[in-house]
Amino acid sequence: MSPTALFLTVFLACAVEAVEALTVVLAAGTGRHWPSALQGAGAALVALAVVVGALGSAVTHLPIGVLRAVVGTLLLLFGLQWLRKSVLRASGWKARRDEAAAFARGVAAAEQVPAERRGKVADWYAFTVAFKGVALEGLEVAFIVATFGGNQHDVPVAVLGAVAAAVVVGAAGFAIRAPLSRVPENAVKFVVGTLLTAFGLFWSAEGVQVDWPGSDAALLVLVPGVALLALAYAWVLRRGAWVGPR
Amino acid sequence: MRRLRAFGRFWYDFVIGDDWRIACWVVPALGATAGLAAAGVNAWWLPPLAVAGALAHSLHRAVKSTRGPG
Repeated sequence: MSPTALFLTVFLACAVEAVEALTVVLAAGTGRHWPSALQGAGAALVALAVVVGALGSAVTHLPIGVLRAVVGTLLLLFGLQWLRKSVLRASGWKARRDEAAAFARGVAAAEQVPAERRGKVADWYAFTVAFKGVALEGLEVAFIVATFGGNQHDVPVAVLGAVAAAVVVGAAGFAIRAPLSRVPENAVKFVVGTLLTAFGLFWSAEGVQVDWPGSDAALLVLVPGVALLALAYAWVLRRGAWVGPR
Repeated sequence: MRRLRAFGRFWYDFVIGDDWRIACWVVPALGATAGLAAAGVNAWWLPPLAVAGALAHSLHRAVKSTRGPG
């Protein structure tokens, strides 16, 4: 995997999660108290940086066979979950995520709770909502950064991809002060799911002592192969071929 | 105890996700691949087959449960 491919993979994975985290922070800021929401988001980013630092350094110290088997299996499981969700959404069997509706729900929920000051935080509810939103959406990205970066022995490039995505999405969101409902989240999730599945497949099999035909060039078949498989499943589900028409 | 359960639930959701059946395909397939490799068989084709089966099975279950019984 080239540094450019590593950067783009992490950028896309982080961008799609950042769009969802941004919606939560915007709802907490708009519906409650901006400084507390930003404090919560900032605290979560610091916590995620600590996770990436700890995990990244642990990952680079593992024997390569163990690393590939464990990390590859986890990436494969993540990737298949992302692909499953995006295939169901693309074929109309699951509702697409609506950032505008999620934002409206977040603001409505925020307005119900009374304000409570804790220490330097003026509105504890806004702080915790923003913290949880960023931390939970970001944890998967932190794992992807640490494992992709660690496997490629290039954690800094992976971190750069994640930070660039967070900055781009954050800047766009705060410029328009509205959720980024026009980002094609499902398409990005499909691409990232494909990459996670293909790389997870490749590394996990190598970790259990498989020699891929063509060595690293096998990825040139695995990535489009996984994408075509998922597209074919989406096509079959759209036609209702497995369960009859809706 | 409740916190411990919540902690376990969080990690289960994080790693296994919406459908545990995917892990039930992937993990045994990788175990079998490792066993075959130890016996001198380079079963590179087994994990991709398991992935195709896992995704098909999970999607089929999801669609069937959306439609409900019958």
